[in-house]
Amino acid sequence: MLEIRNLHVSIADQEIIKGLNLKVKAGEVHSIMGPNGSGKSTLAQVLAGRASYVVTEGEIIFEGKDLLELAPEERACEGIFMAFQYPVEIPGVANTYLLREALNSIRKYRGLEPLKHVEFARLAKEKMGIMGMADNLLKRSVNEGFSGGEKKKNEIFQMQILEPKLAILDETDSGLDIDALKVVADGVNALRSPERAFVIITHYQRLLDYIVPDFVHVLVDGRILKSGGKELAFELEDRGYGWVEEEARKAVNN
Amino acid sequence: MGISFSNEDDGYSKGFEEFRKEAPGNGIPWMESLRGEGIRKFTELGFPTPENEDWRFTNVAPIARTTFTIEKNGHKQVSPEALNRFIFPKLRTIRLVFIDGTYSLGLSDLSDVPEGVKVLSLASALDSEEGLVKKYLSKYADFSEEAFTALNTAFMQDGGFVYIPRGTRLREPVHLLYITGKSDRATITNPRNLIVVEDNCEAEVVEHYVSIDEGVYFSNVVTELVVGENSSVGHYMIECESMKAFNVSTLRVEQGRSSNIRSHSVLLGGALVRNNVHPVIAGEGCDSLINGLFMSTGRQHMDNYMKVEHASPHCDSRQFYNGVLDGRSRGVFHGRIIVHKDAQKTDAKQTNRNLLLSDNAQIDTKPQLEIYADDVKCTHGATIGQMDENAIFYLRSRGIDEDTAREILLGAFTSGTLESIQVDEIRNYCEMLVAEWFARRKGGTELDNDPR
Ligand SMILES: Nc1ncnc2c1ncn2[C@@H]1O[C@H](COP(=O)(O)OP(=O)(O)O)[C@@H](O)[C@H]1O
Ligand SMILES: [Mg+2]
Repeated sequence: MLEIRNLHVSIADQEIIKGLNLKVKAGEVHSIMGPNGSGKSTLAQVLAGRASYVVTEGEIIFEGKDLLELAPEERACEGIFMAFQYPVEIPGVANTYLLREALNSIRKYRGLEPLKHVEFARLAKEKMGIMGMADNLLKRSVNEGFSGGEKKKNEIFQMQILEPKLAILDETDSGLDIDALKVVADGVNALRSPERAFVIITHYQRLLDYIVPDFVHVLVDGRILKSGGKELAFELEDRGYGWVEEEARKAVNN
Repeated sequence: MGISFSNEDDGYSKGFEEFRKEAPGNGIPWMESLRGEGIRKFTELGFPTPENEDWRFTNVAPIARTTFTIEKNGHKQVSPEALNRFIFPKLRTIRLVFIDGTYSLGLSDLSDVPEGVKVLSLASALDSEEGLVKKYLSKYADFSEEAFTALNTAFMQDGGFVYIPRGTRLREPVHLLYITGKSDRATITNPRNLIVVEDNCEAEVVEHYVSIDEGVYFSNVVTELVVGENSSVGHYMIECESMKAFNVSTLRVEQGRSSNIRSHSVLLGGALVRNNVHPVIAGEGCDSLINGLFMSTGRQHMDNYMKVEHASPHCDSRQFYNGVLDGRSRGVFHGRIIVHKDAQKTDAKQTNRNLLLSDNAQIDTKPQLEIYADDVKCTHGATIGQMDENAIFYLRSRGIDEDTAREILLGAFTSGTLESIQVDEIRNYCEMLVAEWFARRKGGTELDNDPR
């Protein structure tokens, strides 16, 4: 579904991602872990199409298409969704309005009729229920005055409505209490299917107790230094990231 | 035909001599002397120049150097159909219509004026309600330092006279509609509105300035709004003048004890526009909302000048002004808050946010707090910026294309100020005007309306 080859990304002339390779197949859940500043969010933003992040080398193929050729909205329409680490507040734009516009824009791209108001309302209500969100959050301005937890739930709620093929969650678990974490995990697990893939960026192994990944990758200083199964997450939790870097250094020196 | 005059060779004074002979209220001694004081003051002050701190960002030279004509029976034909687009859909109103400054009986609609309420043209009020007019007219709009108010006082022609006696809840808004058409020469009108709301009343009043065929003219407006104790009044200034017109208007509000006013200005038209809003919060425990949206393009110049005077304790004032500037247009937000010595426990807040849609648009924003009381809370803030790129990216990442994303954010910005309009039909009408503005922008018609 997704193939990233030798990706190099710079921000303001500083290289952040330094030759990253990653392959994600439909149905898989990949987790990317790594210390602060290692480039995790950069990777997520590049996948979503943020223009200020410049790809200097490499390629990203999504469902056979050159992703880097597509505008952010086209990527969304092709089935990519990124849950923001820091969701943006948009005063004056109702949550429900954003979502209906988004959903209908995606439907239009796929040659489908726009969803009728009542149908949309029914869908939204159902998903709000799953996410345990208060009804009034729909009418409120996007993320404005939401608590940290509400913002993160709102991202997953949007994901549920938009039903992407590939969802990238950027530290959706950070700052959540255990109850909220479970709700988020349930929201993700409810969408897991053989046609859909997830890239879950996290700082803590905790989330992976609830969303069991097929692969865990360690991202350090813009490169994936180690990949493994879910056991790797536990090892990282116990031992930190230092040993991964150490191993990598030795491998280079040998 | 009419009276023409320019700013040279004492032209306004000479024009005045001719004008006064047939002016409304001619023969009423206090009116004659009021007009006389007006012209005397105007001649003394002259048009303001940018050296005057209150006019630092707005040069009225284009007005000063134009020769204007006061149309004598300037009664252009306006069909009821042409009137339609200036009327709020689905809203019954009490309507006074003025065409080129002259009251139009035929287009006005006074069928719903309740018993005891008076809504008529100022010129006829000078005949039938002279006592009431005398009691209030020019008692608030001080012209000792205001040249345009002095000019209006000298040349006031006609306008709305609204009198709402105590305890009245006016169900239908009063709609004062000023239509100006195109003439071979630049015309001037000096509309004068006097709105008196006694104690324990509720009322909504709309001032609405429009044009029928994009002429060059000057509307020099003064409105006095007197709000009695415990009354609640909404005032709307909807300015859709010709893109070649000048509009200078002053709203002077006098607020009695425990009253509440909501002033909404929506400025969309005009080449050179100056909108003065000047509430004096004279009684205790008042609320004032002074809210505005201005949208400029081409070479439009829009100056929003606010002077909020807190003269009594325990009053709250809120100013929210949003500007959208495109093309080579220029905007000014000058918000003064004056808290007099006795106005303890004043809570005043001022916010001005501006979006620049083009690199050539410009805004000058100037908050000015003058506080002579010690126990007060005053805050102000202004922002100038382009659209929030993070928000645009967020919307796009959800599948919404860039143009639509920008439209959504612009819409949110403009609606943010219109939201507080309590009369749905008036708010919807303003939303429609804003939507038309966006549609014209999208249509890409470059506006060339340089008045110079
Ligand atoms: N917009 C930006 N401008 C400049 N530097 C940035 C920007 N965003 C991220 N960086 C830098 O890029 C590096 C990687 O950041 P990020 O991808 O956010 O890391 P992570 O998500 O793994 O914590 C950091 O050193 C950070 O300071
Ligand atoms: Mg991050």
